[in-house]
Amino acid sequence: MSTTKKDPVVVVFQLTGANDYLNTIIPYTDPHYRDARPRVGISEDQVLPIDDQLAFNPNMGPVKDLYDQGKIAVIHGIGYENSPRSHFRSMDIWHTCEPDKVGTEGWAGKVIRDLDPTGENVLKGINFGQGLPRALALRGVPVTSVSNLESYGIMSDVPGLSADRDKLLDRFARMYAPAVGTGATMDYLGQTGRDALRGADILKVAPEKYSSTVEYADTPIARNLKSIAQVYLADMGTQLFYTAHGSFDTHFNQPPMHQKLWIDCSRAISDFFQDLDEHGAGDNLIMVLFTEFGRRVRDNGTGTDHGAGGVAFVIGNQVKGGMYSEYPSLKPEDLQQGDLAPNYDFRGFYATVVDKWLGLDPAPIVGGNFEQLDFV
Amino acid sequence: MASKDEIALMGHLMRRAGFGATYDELQRRANEGYEATVEDLLRPEAHPPVDENVLYRFFPGMEGALAPPTNQADWVYRMINTRRPLEEKVALFWHQLFATGNSKVDNPPELTQQIAMFREHGMGRFPDLLVELARNPAMIYWLDNNGNHRGAINENWGRELLELFSMGVGNYSEDDIKEASRAFTGWTIAPKIPRNPLGRFYWNFEYRPEDHDDGEKSFLGHTGNLDGDDIIQIVVRQPATARFLARHMYNFFVADEPQVPSWNITPPRDPEAIDALVQAYEESDFDIRAMLRTLLLSDFFKEARFERVKSPAELVVGTAILAGNYNQPRPGFPALAFECAYQGQELLNPPSVESWHTGSEWIDGGSLVRRVNFAAGLMGNTTLPGIRSIVDGIREREANSPAELVEGCLELVGPLDVSQTTMNELLAQAEEDGYLRWETEEDARESEQRVGVMLALIAASRDYQFA
Repeated sequence: MSTTKKDPVVVVFQLTGANDYLNTIIPYTDPHYRDARPRVGISEDQVLPIDDQLAFNPNMGPVKDLYDQGKIAVIHGIGYENSPRSHFRSMDIWHTCEPDKVGTEGWAGKVIRDLDPTGENVLKGINFGQGLPRALALRGVPVTSVSNLESYGIMSDVPGLSADRDKLLDRFARMYAPAVGTGATMDYLGQTGRDALRGADILKVAPEKYSSTVEYADTPIARNLKSIAQVYLADMGTQLFYTAHGSFDTHFNQPPMHQKLWIDCSRAISDFFQDLDEHGAGDNLIMVLFTEFGRRVRDNGTGTDHGAGGVAFVIGNQVKGGMYSEYPSLKPEDLQQGDLAPNYDFRGFYATVVDKWLGLDPAPIVGGNFEQLDFV
Repeated sequence: MASKDEIALMGHLMRRAGFGATYDELQRRANEGYEATVEDLLRPEAHPPVDENVLYRFFPGMEGALAPPTNQADWVYRMINTRRPLEEKVALFWHQLFATGNSKVDNPPELTQQIAMFREHGMGRFPDLLVELARNPAMIYWLDNNGNHRGAINENWGRELLELFSMGVGNYSEDDIKEASRAFTGWTIAPKIPRNPLGRFYWNFEYRPEDHDDGEKSFLGHTGNLDGDDIIQIVVRQPATARFLARHMYNFFVADEPQVPSWNITPPRDPEAIDALVQAYEESDFDIRAMLRTLLLSDFFKEARFERVKSPAELVVGTAILAGNYNQPRPGFPALAFECAYQGQELLNPPSVESWHTGSEWIDGGSLVRRVNFAAGLMGNTTLPGIRSIVDGIREREANSPAELVEGCLELVGPLDVSQTTMNELLAQAEEDGYLRWETEEDARESEQRVGVMLALIAASRDYQFA
């Protein structure tokens, strides 16, 4: 990679709660789809057709537009063998790439470590959301987690402190200054506190530097993607952003829930890429969307239960748009316990991003060698 | 009247053998005496348990709730409001040691049942506790003993029983694991009752003789038709078990040790302390209460002040106790449970059977910011009843000079020892506006605000991260 080229950036967007594959990319002409979805199906006259078999969900118009521009790769049938149908377990598997044992090290944390082995940039990886997903957990790798970019900082929640806050932050910095002979734990705490303060100070600048004609919606996912755009455009060297939206766990009353989720996500995604393009910054970043598994083929009357095979997306100007892998068969005899049989291992999907986009060795990150795709 | 030193020691005891206490409680307990308080803590049955009727009347969906964090919130409520602090702390100790997670169990009420079992048996005899653990449905499912069959063993429970729950690596062979696993075949969960139409039922232990391997087994030098109970009786008599348990207890109650996987190569930081705990275990016929008594009355315990990094649960619950606004059912407990999770300790969902890494590994950039903001946010809020009473305490003792203000605040929140670096900043902050004044309403308002800022700064310090 030439040195004049900007570092590649990836945004990981987690659809928490198991997004319904069948009603996201709809096999609208498949009679098995009609049979299985008497209540939670989407009728043929509403869908946004891609070809004579598959269509986008009617609420994904802005995403469909990006697809038509060749900027979206759709990865069909993604998952892994023996899907446990438990949100927590499956999310752990996606986060750690460990389907056989309970893993603790996150794949995205390993990416950050390999991008910045000395931990020089405390903002190399940033999570926008509450708490740190296990995907980002790795000992010794500093990751910043921001619940609200506007108010992010240290001692941000003390009532009546606004006037004195800068002064108190100076005191905080001195309280966390290196002190001789106080022991390893005190030293480590000091370093971590100073790093956090430094990260907060740098991040504070991002919203101030930012201006755009794009007006994001007032939804949680739009706020998070806008924050990501602000930090990305401020050029702070961040190469991995992480955020999540949900809950996609539509057991009950699925149609209106799923509709709202995709309206919010589609608009936020479209606004985000428009924002980047407006700043001429859309070529260095891709966004990957995943969910822990797809949902049951047959609806339960008002919603859908936990399934297996799902769908993932990769979005960006540099993405080779189109369909990858295959839509699993909906024939009853091909289903596994009533679910779509996954036919593409999610670790190959990660490996493609890690190898072909970020230029890192994927094997130690995803735990082996898996079939890669050509979407970047 | 108890002396300052006695109150400081009581603060230490209550942080370790509980989740901390207000200054008023420390004074009262210090007046009763240290040893009397230890005995009181060791006899939880002398005090009523948390009143579940009150709790579940206020939160009707809490008992048996299937979605996190409701059951976590239930536990946080108990940690704050229990009148049996050591019982609750011991339950957390066993949860961290016998780490069972919702990520796989996917059924929070079953985990809540496991915690209730720790409350009931956690201070009894170790073999009894291990038998309860081996029969606990959440544990059976977590470590696959329901898939451990005669003629087709699953070693997961057998292995972890020896490696993580009793002896530690290097003290048994792979054959011992296989033989132990054979002995636990047939220890399983009864068929689950479907949720419809009658509602949710707890899982139950079931012993299936037809699936139990009753052939001869050889385990750690013992041969015979051993079953699970026999394995536990053999395990608890191993010197390795006594040492491993003692070290866990030391790590949790006394001072941070290196991470567990390094224990077979890194010696304990205080071998004599471990010896004392081992002796208590062996002389008492494996009684946990006896070990705790030895520990809490020892000099090594009393001298180990601020030698542990608070776990998120300790930091969140301890701060909430000081803030004084969570001492009855009210909204906000799920937020406290989330706070523990965001700081890196999602209760009832440890990252794996190897549990959380403790000590300085609780701290990373994200978790430190959360710890600081959470604690400073509560401690700096002078409208909260607990913080108000600290303000009143400063006013009543006329701690008006900058040095007295700092000293008074540190005493009322801990008492907390701080490093010279921290002390310099706290004094500089106090000196900036001179003496506190309470003469007029405006003076009082301003002084109150200054106490709040001082408390927030203390809560933001490195020193506050230690228990």
